[in-house]
Amino acid sequence: MSPVEEAAARPVTETEPLLRVRGLTKHFPVRTGFRGRSLVRAVDGLDFDVRPGETLGLVGESGCGKTTTGRMLVRLLEPTAGTIEFDGRDITHAGRRELRPLRQDLQIIFQDPYASLNPRHTVGRIIAMPLQVNGIEPPGGVKARVQELLEIVGLNPEHYNRYPHEFSGGQRQRIGIARALALRPKLIVADEPVSALDVSIQAQVINLLRELQRDLGLAFVFIAHDLAVVRHFCQRVAVMYLGKIVEIGDRDDIYERPQHPYTRALLSAIPDVTRLGPGGRIRLAGDVPTPLDPPSGCRFRTRCWKAQDICATEEPALVPRAGGGQATACHFPESGPVAAATGAPAVADDAGPVADDGTAGAGAADGGSGTTVEEVSK
Amino acid sequence: MSLSPVEGVALAEIESGGDAEAPERKGVVGRSPGQLAWARLRRDRTAMVSGGMLVLFMVLALAAPLIQMVYGIGPREQFQHLLDGFGMPLGYAGGVSGDHWFGLEPGLGRDIFIRLIYGLRTSLFIAFAAAVITATIGIVLGTLAGYLGGWLDAVINWITDLTLAMPFLVIALALTPTLVLRFYGEREAVSPAFGVGVLIAVFAIFGWTSTARLVRGQVIALREREFVEAARASGAGLGHMLFRQLLPNIWAPILVSFSLAVPQFITSEAALSFIGVGLSDETPSFGRMIYRSLDYLQTDPAYVFFPGVMIFALVFAFNLFGDALRDALDPKSSR
Repeated sequence: MSPVEEAAARPVTETEPLLRVRGLTKHFPVRTGFRGRSLVRAVDGLDFDVRPGETLGLVGESGCGKTTTGRMLVRLLEPTAGTIEFDGRDITHAGRRELRPLRQDLQIIFQDPYASLNPRHTVGRIIAMPLQVNGIEPPGGVKARVQELLEIVGLNPEHYNRYPHEFSGGQRQRIGIARALALRPKLIVADEPVSALDVSIQAQVINLLRELQRDLGLAFVFIAHDLAVVRHFCQRVAVMYLGKIVEIGDRDDIYERPQHPYTRALLSAIPDVTRLGPGGRIRLAGDVPTPLDPPSGCRFRTRCWKAQDICATEEPALVPRAGGGQATACHFPESGPVAAATGAPAVADDAGPVADDGTAGAGAADGGSGTTVEEVSK
Repeated sequence: MSLSPVEGVALAEIESGGDAEAPERKGVVGRSPGQLAWARLRRDRTAMVSGGMLVLFMVLALAAPLIQMVYGIGPREQFQHLLDGFGMPLGYAGGVSGDHWFGLEPGLGRDIFIRLIYGLRTSLFIAFAAAVITATIGIVLGTLAGYLGGWLDAVINWITDLTLAMPFLVIALALTPTLVLRFYGEREAVSPAFGVGVLIAVFAIFGWTSTARLVRGQVIALREREFVEAARASGAGLGHMLFRQLLPNIWAPILVSFSLAVPQFITSEAALSFIGVGLSDETPSFGRMIYRSLDYLQTDPAYVFFPGVMIFALVFAFNLFGDALRDALDPKSSR
């Protein structure tokens, strides 16, 4: 079965989404100078759905609003605009009491396992905290539940009375995962759960999350900047740039047939150990524009090699192109697999020796790194 | 239950890491940061010596009536027959003898040793009470300002700045006699308990600012940590956040500031009593004794020697212990 048929065959809108996000926006006010005030448009109008048991990867470079989005989903930050619907209920501005029943279904795993565990609490207390805070008395007692959770995440249940400083980074992250699982959630927001860990430990933790997802039917919003990890773990991928989703679709579509120029550039940046030199990289000139004053129209136009006048005047909508579940916010979407169609654009702002064979190398590169992770994890 | 390291790589890692520290016990022993700090304190010789001295002082102060019974002399008993015609104690070094270990006061002829024991009690009581009250006020205001932020933080900061701007000595000098006159007549004797209470109140009004600032800073630093956010994401309320998540992490600096505040209050009490706004002469206190002894500095130097050495030893032991406590609680800080 070819990937195209697979994507088409997949029921896209049949099941009711667990999480429905519409127009999610977060602006941070900042003072500039003496009296001036302006807004950092950290997240500017996101639309996406997460179905039960599905993993959505949120990728993008630093500062594009991934973490802000994750924090708004679990209501650690108050959205400026837009709606978050969870399980059919609008939780965008729900208070603490209204949220309480939903807290059990919606949990977060943090990036830094050294900061996310209270150093003065035993592991048992840390994992039992969500139960205690919500006044839940699990059958068989809290201690039994804590030990069960420790076992689920692959730690020794006997260690419930130890302190976080007695564990390594990977083990601490497992404790954080156990805490997130304590309330039997339906959706977990994982905010770069492995980026603070060694590569070998990353694979262990990712595989643990994958097993949990399979066994417990969890849905994930998986925030990451590591494209290989996302490819390994996520069924759907959303690519963010400067507070907006530029492309969203199934994993294979995104990785093999990216339509947005930014996605192409991002994918070409995956390093490849089998080749030396700058190979098929698409180099983007300049820096990400400041979110204080984002470019008009398409936000990527200042660095895009295909930009034309319409890109500055009209903002491209995130709409599905050529049918299927893949949506791209671009006036001039690419088509076809990575290897074939990037000949012309790659030359754009780069003086480097880029040619067709180079981009073919890039296509092979992400395939290669994907398998590397698979191998390490086994 | 015994451990069998066959459950995977993760388990093996834990065992090699943890059990080296506690080989004497089979099974899993978790050591809290508090236990580790205690172990470090136990290894510190300065801490042990100064801590031992503090314990001795506290036992002496608490057992003052008991010591009076054994010693056989009360703090207000006068021994005029042991003074010469000018009111100076007979014998050497201010009348040191088997009955009066530290000699007698010139003039009234009271026993210095038992007055020192009672003075210790007064000093420690005032200092501890003031330190507990200031620490409580400081912790409450500091955590609220730090955690809730916003206008509350602004208001509390403003009050803190205001308090810091007020001159302590001038206000204490003005406030104490005014309060005394408010409750007692011109010629009435002021009860010792009232004097003590006024001193504690004055210390409480001025002393809480440093703790409040310290706690506020610590809470702000902790507030953005991810474990606090994790509790918030689980739906924890204000009480849980403050008492379960935040306060256990700032006990160390609070304890250090407490142990350094106590000697500061001891010297302040002595200073206020010395300039005459603190305790009345009836209450035994270091400050009053040193004040009275100044008249006899040349004729009876032993009178100033004993209270001086006592207050020095007490404050020195407290400061050394506070420093050692800081080292034990925060081993990463440089010496």
